[in-house]
Formats: sequence, structure tokens, C-alpha cells
Amino acid sequence: MNAPPALALHQVHVRYGEVTALDGVDLELAPGRVTGLIGMNGSGKSTLMRTAMGMQRPDRGTVRLAGHDPARARSRGLAGYVPQSEAVDWDFPISVREVVMMGRYGHQGPLRRPSRADRAAVDEALDRVELADIAERQIGRLSGGQRKRAFVARGIAQDASLLLLDEPFAGVDKRSEATLVRLLRELAADGRTVLVSTHDLHALPQLADDAVLLLRRVLYHGPVAGALEPAVLARAFGLDPTAEVPA
Amino acid sequence: MIGLDIGLLDLVLEPLRYDFMVRALVTTVVAAIVCALLSCWLVLIGWSLMGDAVSHAVLPGVVLAYIVGAPFALGAVVFGLGAVALIGLVRGTGRVKEDAAIGIVFTTLFALGLVLISVTPSQTDLGHIIFGNILGISRGDLLQIGVLAALVAAVLLAKRRDLTLYAFDPAHAHAIGLSPRRLGALLLGALALTCVVALQVVGVILVVAMLIIPGATARLLTDRFSRMLVIAPVSAALCAIAGILGSFWLDASSGGLVVLAQGLLFALVLVLGPRGVLAARRRAGGDGIVPARA
Repeated sequence: MNAPPALALHQVHVRYGEVTALDGVDLELAPGRVTGLIGMNGSGKSTLMRTAMGMQRPDRGTVRLAGHDPARARSRGLAGYVPQSEAVDWDFPISVREVVMMGRYGHQGPLRRPSRADRAAVDEALDRVELADIAERQIGRLSGGQRKRAFVARGIAQDASLLLLDEPFAGVDKRSEATLVRLLRELAADGRTVLVSTHDLHALPQLADDAVLLLRRVLYHGPVAGALEPAVLARAFGLDPTAEVPA
Repeated sequence: MIGLDIGLLDLVLEPLRYDFMVRALVTTVVAAIVCALLSCWLVLIGWSLMGDAVSHAVLPGVVLAYIVGAPFALGAVVFGLGAVALIGLVRGTGRVKEDAAIGIVFTTLFALGLVLISVTPSQTDLGHIIFGNILGISRGDLLQIGVLAALVAAVLLAKRRDLTLYAFDPAHAHAIGLSPRRLGALLLGALALTCVVALQVVGVILVVAMLIIPGATARLLTDRFSRMLVIAPVSAALCAIAGILGSFWLDASSGGLVVLAQGLLFALVLVLGPRGVLAARRRAGGDGIVPARA
């Protein structure tokens, strides 16, 4: 395993004015794994994702994606991002297919005229997430789970090797959640790296290989079972900040 | 019937026997089309107020350009983008919300424009910039407006997919290595230039109507952005024609009538359109609103 980590954060600090959002985060994600990012509201989950995508510049520390600096990784389309539901305008007059095609823009010329290869990639991605038969629908006319899959399809069409999903299970019913979990596991089996922020601890064992517990810094990074130990959870959720993690 | 047909034809042809009316008609249609294209993005991003701000803020730029003999477009772009930067600066203090920041900056710049106009001796009445002077458009004005409009329309259409991505999901634009900042600036630059085109037609005060209404009307008629880019300019052009011809026969404000036509069309679509008030009531009265899911 000489491949560089899909995502590597080293001593990342992010501050918004007086508020410290990330306080020395060290994190390395190996390729081909699904990692659950766990923490309470305000623990820095979204900030960590935004920093990994380069939307937030760290005050200190370094970010590397597959060994590249973030700007280079972005222009190569290495990282795909599935935004939180609240961050999307679901009334926007755009079809599912058009959303997925946006994943191809980085592969296209300045006018973004789709080639045959682009169309094929979009069709394939739509098949993969099982939305091919409703591809012409306006994006807001999908159920919560279908919406998430549409954005995952965009990441597939983009051929991103790292996929970041911010709270994908919020407002998604159990059956759609199971479909989404299966899809993410398949993508990891292909060798992609998947980072999912969630506070749905019950789904974690089915979803993820590893868990990261975050409270402005990484409190735990390892197998899911270890993260679900009560003493470990208590630290991340601030019930007892002085509790020691059992060795 | 034949008599009526000839009557309708005369209604259109009679005004066109005058050169100034032809120029007015062409200019208004051109301005309406480029405003309508831009409006599709503005209404989706939620930049209506920004359109209002920039269209007012260009006034001192245009007056200063007149004073020093520079092209109006240059003054407009400098002040349009300057206003946006100022708004960002005021909002960035954290104590003033965005709508207040916009309100403060654009009214102050507009006031500066008014003061400059009042102290500037001029051949042409600069007051025309405020209310438009479509019937006084010269051949040179027409040429300038045509060139600017063509330039803006070409850039908007060439970059339409990137601009739509920016409007829909700037985070993804960033994720694939595009610059949301640059795309936003492109849109604002186009906005400033469009204001120059349109303010000679309807004036600074009514420009914002032409920058919002056609896009909003088109949005009511379709769920496809690509179709909005057709519906908005076509409807705006028809309203422009109706407004100019109406102003000839009614001897009323041409800019006012153009905007009034756009507003009436919007109201019509809002009530009678496929997603309009009446249609919603029919659906609710029938078997209820069908939830859209697979």
C-alpha cells in the first residue's frame, strides 16, 4: 500500500472570528474505505468537509488530496461533494440529468458542450444509482433519498476518487437510506474513498468501515465498533469531557 | 374582417413611418432581450435587489463619463462593480445586514449621480438617464447599444452552463476547479453593461423591472432553464414592441408602457399559467395535489 492517503489533514486549524471550529485536526483516509464522521452540532464536521474541499482556507495546517495540493486536486476533479439538503435550491429549474452532467464540466472545453463520452458517463452514473428512468425530472420532484443519489451520480460522472457527503441521511426514509448505504459500499469496493458525516449512530455499522469522532479535533479514528463504546461516545458528545478512552 | 386586418396592420406600420420610432423600437427590443437573458440568472440566484442596486449605482459613473468624455459603459462598469465591492465591505463589518448594506450603498451613489447631474451643464439633458429617452435615440446611441448588447448576450450565452452551475451549486463549481468568485464577477459585469444598454431606454429607475420580470415570467412557464433562456427574451421583446407602439398611439411614456406590459404579462401568467393560481386551485379541487415521487 504505497498509494498516498485519499485525504490527509495535518494540524488543521480553522477559526471563525472568536470561534474555533477546528483545533489541530490530524486525519488520514485510506483509499477504498467508507468512513463515518461523527460529532455533535458545532463539532466542526461541516467545517472539516469544507476545508477538505478548499471552500474554507485553514488558518494553519495542510490539506492534501491523493498527495496533491487542494487546488490541483480540484482541477483534476478528484473530489466530489454532496451538499446538505438545506444548501440546495430544490426549486431550481434543472433536471436530474443536467445535475449529473455538471459532474462532467471539468472534463469539457470552456463552452461545456457534452461529447459522446460525457453523455455515456452520465447515462452510466444514472444507471448506477438507479435513477435512469426519472432522469428528465426536475430535481425537486424527487424523494429525499433519490435527491442524494442524484448528487452521488454527479460524483460518479465526475469520476471523483474521494466523495464527501454532508449529512446525507437527514430527511431520508429508512428504505432510501438502505439503498444509499448499499451504493456507498459499492463505490468503496471500486476503490473510491467515502467520507460521510452523520449523527445516525444506528446506521453506522452497516455504513462505514471506520469512524472518526470529532470535537474540534479528532478524538477517535478507528473501527466503528470502537467508536460506539459508551465511554468514547461520551467524550465526543461532551457528556463527560474528562473521561479517558479505554485502551 | 379585412378591414380589421388592415386596421391592425396600420396600428403597427403607421408608427414605423417615422425614423425615430424605428430606432426606438429596435433599441427597446435589443435592450429588452439582453435584460431578459440576464434576468434568468438574477431571479434564480436571488439577486433582484442586487440588480436594483447596480442599476442605480451606475448613475454617477455615467455622468462622470459624460463629463470627461469617456464611454458611458466604462463609467457604468467601474461604478457598478465598485458598488458591489462597497456592499461587501459594509456587510463585512458584521454589524450591518446585507439588505441594509445594499440600501445604503446604492441610494448614496444614486444621490451622488443626482447631485452631479444638477451641477453639470450639458447639451443633452442628463435627466433623461433617470427616466429614459427612447424617442431621442440617435444613430450613434443605437450603434453603441447594439454593440454592447451583442457583446453581453454573446458572453452570457457562451458561458451559460457555467453561470447556471454557479447559480445552482457554487460549491460544486469550486469543487471542480472553477472560480465561483470569477463567475459571480462575470455576471455582475454583465449586469453593469446591461444597465447602460437599458437606462437609455427606460431610465435608471425602471431598469430593474426589465432585469427581473422576464425571468420570473419564464420561470412560471417552465421547469427547464434552457427554455427560460428562450421564453424570457421572446416575451420581453413582445412587451417591448407592445409598449413602444402603445406609447405612439396613446402618447404616453414609452419606458413606462414597456415595463407595464411586462408586469401585466407576468400577472396574466401568474393567474392563468400552467402553474398559476387558477391551475393550483383546479388541482386542489380535483383529486388533490399529486405528490411527485417514484
